[in-house]
Amino acid sequence: MESLVQNILNALQWGSFYALIALGYTLVYGVLTLINFAHGDVFMVGAYIAFFVSTFLLTTLGLPGWGVLILAIPLTMFFTSLVGVTLERVAYRPLRRKGAHRLYVVITALMAGLILEHANLAILGASRKAFPSLIEEQVYNIGGVVFTNLKLGVIFTAAAVFVLLNFIVTKTKIGMAMRAISYDKFAVPLMGIPIDQIIVFTFILGSSMAGLAGLLFAMSYPVLEPYMGALIGWKAFIAAVVGGIGDIRGAFIGGFLLGAVEIMVVAVFPSTYRDLIAFSVLLIILAVRPTGLFGVARHTKI
Amino acid sequence: MKRSLVKSTLLAAAFSMAAVPALSADVIKIGFNIPMTGDIPKVGESSKLSAEMLKEDINGAGGLEVGGKKYMLEFIYEDNEAKAESAVTTALKLIEKDEVLAMIGPNSSKQAVPAGQVADDNETVMISPWSTNPDTTLDRPWVFRAAFLDPFQGPVAVDFAAKRFSAKTAAVLYDLSNDYSKGLAEIFKADFEGKFGEGSVKAFESHGTKDQDFSAQLTTIINAKPDFIFLPDNYNQVALIVKQANQLGWSGPIMGADAWGSSELMELCGDLCKGYYFSTHYAAKGAKGATKEFIDRYTAKYGEVPDDVAALTWDATRIVLKGIQQAGELTGKLSKDREAIRDGLSSITKFDGITGSMSFDEQGDPVKCAVVVKITDEGEFEFTESVCP
Repeated sequence: MESLVQNILNALQWGSFYALIALGYTLVYGVLTLINFAHGDVFMVGAYIAFFVSTFLLTTLGLPGWGVLILAIPLTMFFTSLVGVTLERVAYRPLRRKGAHRLYVVITALMAGLILEHANLAILGASRKAFPSLIEEQVYNIGGVVFTNLKLGVIFTAAAVFVLLNFIVTKTKIGMAMRAISYDKFAVPLMGIPIDQIIVFTFILGSSMAGLAGLLFAMSYPVLEPYMGALIGWKAFIAAVVGGIGDIRGAFIGGFLLGAVEIMVVAVFPSTYRDLIAFSVLLIILAVRPTGLFGVARHTKI
Repeated sequence: MKRSLVKSTLLAAAFSMAAVPALSADVIKIGFNIPMTGDIPKVGESSKLSAEMLKEDINGAGGLEVGGKKYMLEFIYEDNEAKAESAVTTALKLIEKDEVLAMIGPNSSKQAVPAGQVADDNETVMISPWSTNPDTTLDRPWVFRAAFLDPFQGPVAVDFAAKRFSAKTAAVLYDLSNDYSKGLAEIFKADFEGKFGEGSVKAFESHGTKDQDFSAQLTTIINAKPDFIFLPDNYNQVALIVKQANQLGWSGPIMGADAWGSSELMELCGDLCKGYYFSTHYAAKGAKGATKEFIDRYTAKYGEVPDDVAALTWDATRIVLKGIQQAGELTGKLSKDREAIRDGLSSITKFDGITGSMSFDEQGDPVKCAVVVKITDEGEFEFTESVCP
């Protein structure tokens, strides 16, 4: 029983990362119907930015750990969103301007991701980076269920991000504009909505969440390497599809669902079965609901 | 502009082609099949640094004397990305394209087992500095190694834990996709259960090489309440696993194996790993004689204490060079020389290395001592116990 509760907590933490990354996929897809395959690597860059920001604040400025954390959150989110916006500006926008087919943009995204990975490898080398510990981790034990302040922080942050994004997308004007673009890219500019600015805003939102996820991930799993974002990015994308890509709730639920299935499979079966069973479950979900849990079937006009 | 560039490149190529046969007579080429990128880049780096130091020594003294003639050494370093399939192609490249006389590496058993097959099939001597899985050299007359074997290392860990932690039960977490980790975990389990009875290994959990979250496995392990956790994992994963074990409330002992012994362990793991023990090839702290001399020179040259891989690469390379000297003389014919080197290596019965003196058995495996080291509060690997076969 304790181990079940414990594993639910483990799954919530692991799922939080999928959810935070999946949100970035879903936002961009929701607006541009573009699968931004570079997003997992933006997450990796976010973790590295968090590393450099934190080491700089810790060693050069000599701030205490909690102070570093408070500053590192906005700084990491800011710098990571710059990366995302730069990607949009140099890689995606030129293609969009020329009216390239979506397929080419997706390939560009894949390449952009590989460029980020290998640029990191070339500049920083293959050696791993150890993320400094920012907060004193307290281990709590309640009735045999063990958790730390960090674990709770991660889960809480993921939930808060969901509430915030859901609010922005459904309740604000800019959110309405985002949804409008996804319906009709051609009519929206006629209504006086600045389409490029909305798209940039979408990338800022998605990438800053990836940066936040990178920082939290680096704190929880403090070994950084250039390929850390590739696999988790792919899986988060799948989570977003299962949840129903383009829908904020879908990305969130999908992320936690994938995290839960992975953890529970490992808790019961040997670890080799994890991806096998996890993806079989997701396949069945997609077979029953091809648009994902929250997705709505949409007809594309050609 | 472009044309002149092409011309000069062609010219240079022609020159170098003309120059090669003249030079190759006095050069001994040795290939290094090591991981310079991938999961364990520090392993490749240590191997390379150590080999470079040895090469400078020998070439600085005028070269290696074989059959009354001096040869300069040429080391070719190829990256196997810490992948089994890349280790195979790297081995083929070194053997066929670079035409090396012998190959050092791969280091980890995950790459050494498949690459050993390539070396054996292509009749080229290979010596793995660090591989401890028996399959690397088993029934492969062309493959040698400088490290002890896991069937020896496993019981060392069992006996040490039984004595030091008064352990009656254990739990194991290992990397299923890594031959080294999996082999050692199984040997450990068999030996532990043989000594403490069926079921004394209370949890036997596995993970994948790219995994970052181990919380489910550790939850199972911690709920089984073992006396200690045995963790035969590479140093990069050790840091993550130890941290997560602490987060899940584990405060008991953790014991590791020789793949912990990289100088990058402390950088990644920090304070968390202090106080733990692992079995390994040599202990840098408290070393004497030739070992100390090597450590001092290496530390002065590169600014870091040589780790296991550095020391074992030094020994492995020297064993190969000794084998070449034993071969008598080099004819310049590749297959003939390679065979002579194999015979030379097989004829070595005893070798005094910086990781201890060793004698070789019929499989090409050294019989040598293992040490158990403790990670001190200063982050040094301190000698605790030596176990000899």
